[in-house]
Amino acid sequence: MAGELSVAGADLELIDVRKDFPGFTALDDMDLHIPAGQFFALLGPSGCGKTTTLRIVAGLETPTQGRVLIGGKDITDTKPHERPVNTVFQSYALFPHMTILDNVAFGLRQRKVEDPVAKAQAALDLVELGHVGERRPQQLSGGQQQRVALARALVNRPSLLLLDEPLGALDLKLRRQMQIELKAIQMEVGLTFLHVTHDQEEAMDMADTVAVMNKGRIEQMGAPEALYDRPKTAFVSKFLGQSNLFVGKVVDSNANSVSIEVGGSKITVDKKRAEKHEGTIAIGVRPEKATFHESKPTLGADHVLIGPGEIIDIRFTGVSNQYLIEVPNVGEITVFAQNVGKSPVVELGAKVWISWKVEHSFGLRDLPDGTEDQG
Amino acid sequence: MAFAAFGSSAPTTQGQTKSGRVVLALLLPGLIYLVLFFVIPLVSLVLTSLEAPAASGKIGEYVPGFDIGNYSYVVTKYWPQIARSFGFAFLATIISLLISYPLAYFIGVKARSRPMLQRMLVTLVIAPFFISFLLRTIAWKQLLADHSPIMEWAHQVGLLSPSQSFIGSEAAVVFGLVYNFIPFMTLPLYTSLERLDIRFLEAGSDLYASPAKVFRKITLPLSMPGIISGTLLTFIPIAGDYVNASRDFLGSSNTSMIGTMVDADFLQNRNYPAASAMSVVLMGIILILVTWYVRKSGTEDLL
Ligand SMILES: Nc1ncnc2c1ncn2[C@@H]1O[C@H](COP(=O)(O)OP(=O)(O)O)[C@@H](O)[C@H]1O
Ligand SMILES: [Mg+2]
Repeated sequence: MAGELSVAGADLELIDVRKDFPGFTALDDMDLHIPAGQFFALLGPSGCGKTTTLRIVAGLETPTQGRVLIGGKDITDTKPHERPVNTVFQSYALFPHMTILDNVAFGLRQRKVEDPVAKAQAALDLVELGHVGERRPQQLSGGQQQRVALARALVNRPSLLLLDEPLGALDLKLRRQMQIELKAIQMEVGLTFLHVTHDQEEAMDMADTVAVMNKGRIEQMGAPEALYDRPKTAFVSKFLGQSNLFVGKVVDSNANSVSIEVGGSKITVDKKRAEKHEGTIAIGVRPEKATFHESKPTLGADHVLIGPGEIIDIRFTGVSNQYLIEVPNVGEITVFAQNVGKSPVVELGAKVWISWKVEHSFGLRDLPDGTEDQG
Repeated sequence: MAFAAFGSSAPTTQGQTKSGRVVLALLLPGLIYLVLFFVIPLVSLVLTSLEAPAASGKIGEYVPGFDIGNYSYVVTKYWPQIARSFGFAFLATIISLLISYPLAYFIGVKARSRPMLQRMLVTLVIAPFFISFLLRTIAWKQLLADHSPIMEWAHQVGLLSPSQSFIGSEAAVVFGLVYNFIPFMTLPLYTSLERLDIRFLEAGSDLYASPAKVFRKITLPLSMPGIISGTLLTFIPIAGDYVNASRDFLGSSNTSMIGTMVDADFLQNRNYPAASAMSVVLMGIILILVTWYVRKSGTEDLL
């Protein structure tokens, strides 16, 4: 299995995987299927179990329960060195007693691949470190070591490449460059990439599919656009971009939509964009989908209107301005407005109404932390 | 001077001389110790090794001289003991390494998740030092003596032929040497394995190396500093040991080592120049071997 260089990626399947550490459940009933050749991102905050997931796939950790399949083959009990998998470790783990070139050639030599040195050199060139082959890892910067770790894994062309925050130590410019490079390599070779990150932009940018993890569980999985457009949990709506969330009792429900009442305002969501249709539910909207008005507008039923409120903070972020609006009995609402023409459009303390199209609302499956379910 | 030193505007040069004096004061006890207990005895040893017999011809009386003959005398007379010393040292060091490595690996790596067990095992390794090693060697002499329960058993199961005795044999001496010096191997190995980063081993297995390959390509080279200090700390004192090989302990007249001969020449024959020459020869050989060893293992594999 590990004997030949793979020509294409293999699919990865985690079935009902659970990992208990003494007194702590790091992974809970994890189900995951990554089709062959996909660039899959596992996104989540620090400590949510991302590294543990990769270690289970690599065979460095035994799952307490569940199976791991690669290319349809159950490898749960296969030793790490017999798995067609390579890892870019979060800690790099470059061998300190070997030169950079020997580090990169290590996997090739173990599998007795022909011409390991030339292939390792080519891999180093790819990450623009062709000139450091004779140095030791300790003589490189963190970012350089990270790229060497990348080269050391990539050079083996595994059917499944596991990347544990592989770009975390790079500065922004190099990071963008490596993101493009990585994506290009993945497309060219057709390998399956399981990329772990806590950088939502990186995940959205690079991945075909993003899975958002929280506390040892996958909260939601899907194409980046779909996740952004329709987050299904409060955590996803906040972790992936920003959201305004409103919690209230359903007061109105018809064939197409449900409405909740919050502080005297009615907030409506399309039924097909809502996970829950009764009781107390949370409805959200992205800050850039909302607009504000200096006088109360007349809008139809296809809009949500809240207000009046007071602008309590304005932030300039270049292309857009962020307005924070305090609405009595509703709470704070963030609105992004494009920075065209006069800026800012309104002054601090101005009285404004907020509106957005109902089709931009999304209804969540759960409630934000700290709000009680009264339904 | 003192006034200026405490003044707020004391120039830097004075500050430097002051700190220089502090460094000197701190080094002084060590320097005095080295001169008193190393340099002077060494010079005296070399001078003694060149002394010639006194004109009176009395045993134990020598006059300063430049008698190189002492060296050719001891080398021609004692070459079997010299060879045996280094043979025993080599053998005992290898055996100690083979026993210590798995032990140190277990304590330093496997027992990491159980700190209580780890501390207990380290204490057990050091524990023998709490009893004088002469006492312990004498205890072994009793345990391994003919007709002791252990030996009765060894004869019964056929480990020894009926008339054979273990005590006094070369094997008994090597056994004693290993027993007495093994902590000096285990402890440095443990220190270096305890620091071994498991993540390197994981990276190795992730890169298709079998457990045996991971050991050879990663664990072993990374624990090289421990192996080198362990082997030096056992090999050097073993080569000069005179207790285990002595007739009074585990050896016989057929097992004598360099140390035994120095002991005999110095205390019984009162041939001080020969004993000194012997010591210088021992020191010279060790110096050459160690230099060669450190060079060979140091430049390539040591970080
Ligand atoms: N060997 C271990 N023993 C106990 N707890 C562990 C162990 N490894 C990880 N954990 C815990 O499991 C959780 C998930 O860890 P990890 O997978 O490294 O998170 P992430 O990579 O998402 O930051 C953390 O709370 C961590 O403390
Ligand atoms: Mg991690």
